[in-house]
Amino acid sequence: MTNTQTKRVQYDAVVVGSGAGGGMAAFQLAVNGLKVLLLEAGRNYDPLRETPMFQLPKDAPLRSEGTVDKPFGFYDATVDGGWRVPGEPYTVAEGSDFMWWRARMLGGRTNHWGRISPRMGPYDFKPRSRDGLGLDWPLTYDELESYYDKTEALIGVYAHDQSLENTPVSRHGTQLPPPKPRAFELLTKKYAAPLGIPVIPAPIAVLTRMQDADHWPAKLFPGNPLAQRVVRQSMRSRLACIYATGCGRGCSLRANFQSTTVLLPPALATGNLTIVPNAMVREVTVDQRGRATGVSYVDKASRTDRHVRARIVVLAASACETARIMLNSKSALFPNGIANTNGLVGKGLMDTVGAGIGGQIPMLENLPPHNNEGTTRLHMYVPWWQYQEQLAGKLDFARGYHVEFGGGRDMPDAGIFWGLEDYTNGAYGKRFKEEARRYYGSFVYFDGRGEMIPNDDSYCDLDPTVVDQWGIPVLRFHWKWSKHETNQASHMVKTFAQLIESMGGKVVGKLETDGTKVIAKGGQIIHEVGTVRMGDDARTSVLNAHCQAWDVKNLFVSDGAPFVSNADKNPTISILALAWRTTDHILAEMKRGNI
Amino acid sequence: MDRRHALKVLGAAAALPALAPADSAKAPDPAIQGPAWTGPAGTPSDPNLVTPRVWWPRKLLAGELVTLTALCDTIIPADSHSPSASAVGVPGYIDEWASAPYDDNRESLVKLRGGLAWLNAESERRFGRPFARLAETERHQIADDICYEPKAKSEFKGPAQFFDMIRDLTATGFYTTHEGMKDLKYIGNVPLQRFDGPPPEVLKHLGLA
Repeated sequence: MTNTQTKRVQYDAVVVGSGAGGGMAAFQLAVNGLKVLLLEAGRNYDPLRETPMFQLPKDAPLRSEGTVDKPFGFYDATVDGGWRVPGEPYTVAEGSDFMWWRARMLGGRTNHWGRISPRMGPYDFKPRSRDGLGLDWPLTYDELESYYDKTEALIGVYAHDQSLENTPVSRHGTQLPPPKPRAFELLTKKYAAPLGIPVIPAPIAVLTRMQDADHWPAKLFPGNPLAQRVVRQSMRSRLACIYATGCGRGCSLRANFQSTTVLLPPALATGNLTIVPNAMVREVTVDQRGRATGVSYVDKASRTDRHVRARIVVLAASACETARIMLNSKSALFPNGIANTNGLVGKGLMDTVGAGIGGQIPMLENLPPHNNEGTTRLHMYVPWWQYQEQLAGKLDFARGYHVEFGGGRDMPDAGIFWGLEDYTNGAYGKRFKEEARRYYGSFVYFDGRGEMIPNDDSYCDLDPTVVDQWGIPVLRFHWKWSKHETNQASHMVKTFAQLIESMGGKVVGKLETDGTKVIAKGGQIIHEVGTVRMGDDARTSVLNAHCQAWDVKNLFVSDGAPFVSNADKNPTISILALAWRTTDHILAEMKRGNI
Repeated sequence: MDRRHALKVLGAAAALPALAPADSAKAPDPAIQGPAWTGPAGTPSDPNLVTPRVWWPRKLLAGELVTLTALCDTIIPADSHSPSASAVGVPGYIDEWASAPYDDNRESLVKLRGGLAWLNAESERRFGRPFARLAETERHQIADDICYEPKAKSEFKGPAQFFDMIRDLTATGFYTTHEGMKDLKYIGNVPLQRFDGPPPEVLKHLGLA
């Protein structure tokens, strides 16, 4: 009944991890006829049966307030995940502060993510060439552009239709129309314009209409009837957004992108994919020639070790977990971990710079009642707009940020009206209820999400003594922000305060502008990338320009680990596009008989 | 929300063709069905999300709940728009919250219990009766002293923090109920064919028309 027994002695490919990178790799390889084994460290998870659609906060423990067990609230899709995974610790070096998010479940973080899908732009691939900091990618925007197009068409992304500086959109109509802006978004746009701050439709992986199942499959997979068939079926099974019930819960209508609703079902439908959940990978095994032979993993249910053989191994366990597996894959040939001859595995760890503030806007008080939900994700956002000022040396940090913002008459949930006492002189009684009616929906928040430049003090390595409950040595994190990031965080909050004031509003609480105090902790924005970077030179990178290990030619990485920089653009769409490109290379190399 | 409407939409989704094998004429290959699904483990980090359940026992005593109920209703009394906090179960929610097995909640339980005890002691001192048996104007005399910490006298700073915690919790408990959402005129959680953005009266209110 199940396909959890690894009956085949040898698979064509074993993919480790089932999120964005692993889901895409497994899907692409399976639709191209390879026999693929997908290992997932968490349990099987079925969004069609498990998504709490329309459930109300009042029916959840603590009115769905976040806890260590469910950090983003009870109904958040993530299960067996968060900043703490029982039995699977990590450590943080003295003087560092870092939080590591994991989602131990089929589909990983794609079940709950923000669906924010901006493409990296031309500058983002060549940051060192522009400002002398960090490193350049071994590829250009032009080389990835067609994969962004194809990925958008495959998964469904609504977006703006005009490119701005370093903020490209599809030139081939692969994006869906954006939803209409909400009241707070229109108001923000109006008052941001005089400040020179652009507010445009956000790129979000949510279907605003059903996908064109008669058009895209043949376009995306020419000459591949199997791929066309399973993708056509998949597209027809997905509904458009119904503009209700939070996207972070996942979607049983398949209206947003989750690996578990968009990639894994069509991959399974090929008959070429076997998924084994509860499989905690210990290491990649190698032969005497230094080729990967497969992986060994712990079957969590029986707590026994298993080994599976494959012609190629694709790691997509998340940037840090992938680095951990590689560092733990020690052999006579690779005493410091597989493909780690130059010692760079784990280095280059980056997250996104985050800082934000809220504002109370009198104009939004006593608004006529109306539905403010929309897709429950961003309809509008602010792409980075100060490239020219930066070029002219007017800013005290090197790279940009975009702005995500929210507000308005959302569904009341835990924490509603916390802090209202400051606006009402401590109202209680009937006056409290009147004040609540007045202030409901009058708050907005602005969050900056900016680029971090890789530095020598931010990396992960193996803790010399600590192991997890499976006996696998755990990661130890080292972290330091540079001035570029803390100055950027300061710029964020000052800009937001200016914007809030221009809207006639007031910043919530006391405004703190010290970047070292307002910046989020490392890892807190959950955009870790860069630990197994790609490059043009085997001395300064772990992977080549196709995400293939320099030292082990049948070992590939398809998650965020290969990233060379971490532009302010949320990484998932780039992980997906890069993974697709990597599988094209794998298939071509197999065809050529090189692997 | 309009649950019937929601179920209709979900039913329509369920009627869509499920992902069949690529060649559905053949008997289904077990491989394409994916691994066995056993559902949530029912642990705190993997609870049943569709049918939620509070899994810890409540700790407040009956007498504490009597005082808490009086305080909740002092903060959110019934008016012409909606019922009182206790009429929609707010004290039960606060009990659940203060009894939760998380560090912050454990600490708050101490603050909550201490605050309730202080409230009764203060009521006895001023009026010779516990808080729940005070008249509304008497309750207000105490509440006025502790309703806003920045303006409270030094001897009332601690009780004011307690009052603020209860006010925050009472607001969460109240406004997350159907009655509370209706009071605020919240509109949403209903499936829509399309999203039209804000109506003209909203645009006019904002000077965006």
